Amino acid sequence: MSRSQQSTPTYKDMQGSSLAIRVSDLLTHYDGRVILNNVSLEVEQGEIMVIMGGSGSGKSTLLRYMLGLEKPSAGHIELLGKDITCMNDNELHHMMKNIGVSFQGGALFGSMTVAENIQLPLKEHTKLDQKTMQIMSQMKLEVVNLAGFENLMPSQLSGGMVKRAALARAIILDPRLLFFDEPSAGLDPVVSAELDELILRLRDAMNMTIVVVTHELDSAFKIADRITILDRGEILMCGTVDEVRNSDNQRIYNLLHRQPRTDTVNVDEYLQRLTGENVND
Amino acid sequence: MKHTIEQLGKRTVNALEELGYAASLLYQSLYWLVLGKLHRQPVNLPLIATQMMQVGVSATLIVVVLCFSVGMMLAIQGLETLKPYGAQTQVVTGIALAVTREFAALITGIIVAGRSGSAIAARIGTMQESQEIDALRVIGINPVRYLAAPALLAMVLVMPVLTLFGMFMGMFGASVYTFYELGMPIEIYMSRSFEVISLSDLLQGLSKSMLFALLIVLVSVINGFQVKGGAEGVGLATTRSVVMSISAIVIADMIFTFFITRL
Repeated sequence: MSRSQQSTPTYKDMQGSSLAIRVSDLLTHYDGRVILNNVSLEVEQGEIMVIMGGSGSGKSTLLRYMLGLEKPSAGHIELLGKDITCMNDNELHHMMKNIGVSFQGGALFGSMTVAENIQLPLKEHTKLDQKTMQIMSQMKLEVVNLAGFENLMPSQLSGGMVKRAALARAIILDPRLLFFDEPSAGLDPVVSAELDELILRLRDAMNMTIVVVTHELDSAFKIADRITILDRGEILMCGTVDEVRNSDNQRIYNLLHRQPRTDTVNVDEYLQRLTGENVND
Repeated sequence: MKHTIEQLGKRTVNALEELGYAASLLYQSLYWLVLGKLHRQPVNLPLIATQMMQVGVSATLIVVVLCFSVGMMLAIQGLETLKPYGAQTQVVTGIALAVTREFAALITGIIVAGRSGSAIAARIGTMQESQEIDALRVIGINPVRYLAAPALLAMVLVMPVLTLFGMFMGMFGASVYTFYELGMPIEIYMSRSFEVISLSDLLQGLSKSMLFALLIVLVSVINGFQVKGGAEGVGLATTRSVVMSISAIVIADMIFTFFITRL
């Protein structure tokens, strides 16, 4: 059953919803190559937006720009009404209090215990005493079903536990925006489904706006309010789960039905790529 | 020919880029160390203490052993060289000045570059590869403040202390061999050495050690932050960091000595 068919209220049912994220005409380059070409995207508050696409489609790049980790060549990214592309380091520092991120590999600090990892944002942004921080990290570990593992090092955790610990760190400050990069990657179906449930619970309990980058179809259809499909750095479509499922776009069909690309090869372009010379000269 | 010029141009641009990056890194580290508290983002004191332990205390034994050996080696060479002239007792002056002005700082710098510089590059490189640097940034922690500034301050504080140990051990090593060869009592050798050394000699050695500390941290941090390509990339960055640090130390030492002897 898709997310849109479930009884849990979606972002559209929520009162007073407004934009949490707005990406306008984003243009990015890497080594002179265009990676994202005029990408525009809006995410409502309390919405779960899933960004999908094949490998190399630019979805993880889009996430990095939305997090302010890179500066775009052109375009603007507004988080909670503030343009992060124009922010200085100090303004970004304050903005980050409202943002939680769970990276693909967890990105837990290897030299710290699970509890120390989770408490790091609290140490950075609050003046809470150690006891309070311990209680708060304990609470978040309970939320992600990881109670009792606080004193372990990241290297002692399984893949699923690392992702859950990373999630606990991401939500320790109760952020308004939560970003996930490939939450299901490398996990077995059961752990993956548990993580999906956790994402839904977080949105419903804390009314977070959540952006998930993934290429796992089942996971996307289960958690998404809306899905954005990226292909070769451009947005192919942005719509509800049913709209995406019923799309007649060939490239979306290929992505959803695991069909190989059937693009015709331009012989001249192919030869030019191989030889580095223009064959028409 | 065109290809060679292109390569030369690229390498020059890269070298200039790295120099600029080093200057920016130094500026940012000093900025956070001095003004961090003003922005309510102070440099973490426990991190500085940890770095001081890693850079300093753990390296003490190897510095002591190597400087002792170098001192002894200088005494062997010195006594052999001065023997034909019957001026063997002058070895005390020569070694005291050479160790204080030059060898203690140089040996300590090379040990710390190989030991701690490589560790800094590998640590930051691994963090870069596992997205821990990105995680720091999205938590709102400036990576330079969290990783570079504590290492820089720790290194600048610890290197002169290690160098002082090195100076003492170098002279002690020489005194042990001189006692064995000439029968000069160790306490006499040491007290003569201390008489020979002036404050400016001591400051020359210590200021060199601080310069080497700066070079080691900047080179290691730059190489760590530039890691690409997984485990192989981390290995390459670590090797490059050690080679560049030691080269920078030796060249900087030469330039520093050239100018300071003309003051």
